[in-house]
Amino acid sequence: MPSPDESPTKGPFRKFEMPAEKKPSRETFDAEAKPELVETVPHTRRFNLTAGRTTLIADGVFRWAMLACALSIIAIVILILTELFSKSKLSIAKFGFSFFLGKVWDPVAGDFGAFPFLYGTIVSSLLALVIAVPLSLGVAVFVTEMCPRWLRTPISFLVELLAAIPSVIYGLWAVFVLAPLLRDYVQPFLKKALGWTGFFEGPAYGVGMLAAGIILAIMIVPIIASITREVLVSVPQHQREAVLALGATKWEMVRMAVLRNARAGILGAVILGLGRAIGETMAVTMVIGNRAEVAKSLFAPGYTMASVIANEFSEATDDLYLSALVEIGLVLMLVTLVINVCARLLVWSITRGTPARVHAN
Amino acid sequence: MQTKHLSLRRRLTNYVMTGSAGLAAALVLAPLIAIFSYLVYKGIGAINWAFLTQLPKPVGEIGGGMGNGIVGSAVILFIGSLIGVPLGVGSGIYLSEIGRNKFSQVIRFTADVLNGVPSIVMGIAVYALVVLRQGHFSALSGGVALGIMMVPTIARTTEEMLLMVPHSVREAAMGLGVSQWRTTMSITLPSAASGVITGIMLAFARVAGETAPLLFTAFGNQYWNRNPDQPTAALPLQIYTYAISPFDDWHRQAWAGALVLIVLIVAAVTLVRVAASRGRMASA
Repeated sequence: MPSPDESPTKGPFRKFEMPAEKKPSRETFDAEAKPELVETVPHTRRFNLTAGRTTLIADGVFRWAMLACALSIIAIVILILTELFSKSKLSIAKFGFSFFLGKVWDPVAGDFGAFPFLYGTIVSSLLALVIAVPLSLGVAVFVTEMCPRWLRTPISFLVELLAAIPSVIYGLWAVFVLAPLLRDYVQPFLKKALGWTGFFEGPAYGVGMLAAGIILAIMIVPIIASITREVLVSVPQHQREAVLALGATKWEMVRMAVLRNARAGILGAVILGLGRAIGETMAVTMVIGNRAEVAKSLFAPGYTMASVIANEFSEATDDLYLSALVEIGLVLMLVTLVINVCARLLVWSITRGTPARVHAN
Repeated sequence: MQTKHLSLRRRLTNYVMTGSAGLAAALVLAPLIAIFSYLVYKGIGAINWAFLTQLPKPVGEIGGGMGNGIVGSAVILFIGSLIGVPLGVGSGIYLSEIGRNKFSQVIRFTADVLNGVPSIVMGIAVYALVVLRQGHFSALSGGVALGIMMVPTIARTTEEMLLMVPHSVREAAMGLGVSQWRTTMSITLPSAASGVITGIMLAFARVAGETAPLLFTAFGNQYWNRNPDQPTAALPLQIYTYAISPFDDWHRQAWAGALVLIVLIVAAVTLVRVAASRGRMASA
């Protein structure tokens, strides 16, 4: 026990220090040091102003426990990555980079090429973006800039409700409502009008790349729209006022002041939507047709990376087959990781109060 | 107004663009309304007591239900919450109360990464981590998958909600000599409770409908199963199996299952929120 003379700064606390020979508990010590306080407030809890040993230990334990929780997030991500790497080693070693170029997926012969799945994922996601981006921008602009104030909350709420519907229910609806609708009305029309482009030809099954793209579009609209809305709201009001003061119409104001200032954030929102579309499994699996082929026509059935895993993982019998599927999962994870990083950076750069750049034009 | 001075082209563009933004809003809301009305229209007729309580009938027999799926989903979600809620809330507390430094930036970023992991990849990862080690599918592994998926959402909302509690409240507690863990657990966290609970329910609602991570973890089961260490039926899995089957009666049940799933999610969320607000009023 240090003597009081050693640390003069501890002077005011000296009277709380315990005699070395007897170490009473906190309560008795308190009672001895300030008996009058105990008497005046007999029923309140007594606190020792210097942190007691138990408090210090409890705080330490608390901090370490919370740190452990936070570290578990990092541990989980690392664990997922290492596990995917180790389980796909076989396929990586056997096929190398040609895995992504091979067009043959033949589990029986042990020949695995993932190109049809890459193609299906890219085409269905891009198709979804082509449909979803204008719609989401329209909704976001409508809600933030154009619609009457009383309509804002209900529309935003309903759009966010779209995000709450489980993927499997989207799939169910797509199988029984969307696909027949496409088969009977939309596809014959597209074939007649745009069949010459080559994108809309062949038999109209209903299910296929087009159906997958549309259902994906419906699913990613809420993400893109809600982030875009946040970005648009964060555009400073004086930018709008300045453009309006110059005599711009409402649309010109939106185009010049709002959309231009928010473009980085909007791009981020679109990329986040793309990330969701790439990883989306159930709804796509239910309507894309699940055939590993590369076709130009959007009417033809396809296959995506996520849906091949969903369909074949539990029936993959030999190690190479399993490993090839895990490698597809690994690629899926890495791609979405990169996409998310890019998108977060873009969205952060806008919503984190960086001053909006004024564009001379 | 000054509109008459504008050129026709500018006026037209304005009208056209306003109109198309409104049209976009309508087009986005149309599927929502279509899905919900179809769900109610198709599902409501197929829901009856047998559907809610019985086991699925073998192929070809009419009737039966998804009773085991409903119970199985509840078990899996319970296990998931046991894992996800403490980890999520703990991480949120760390991010907001303890580690306000560069390192917490890393954790925040990793949480975003984890949030972006496709659910099917989570399924494979948990398959490799839990199912392969255990040697069989189980409700436990399904719960682990869903629990992990809950963590990032809960962590970020907990952090945001705790940060909204005024700093003076913490200082007041510290000034009275209350230790940090008491301050956090009995003062800061309860002040932010309603927001934290909303975050938990959001995460819960999100994973409750997840199918992909359960495909190779909980796997599904045709029978009642009381052992969480065995393959277990789950409502989303059954909806999926029934929807892609070629049988009309199963399609009917898939709609009913979907309606039950949505209703149960909404009911669970509302129940917890009501209970939480009651508790707050009683203590206040």
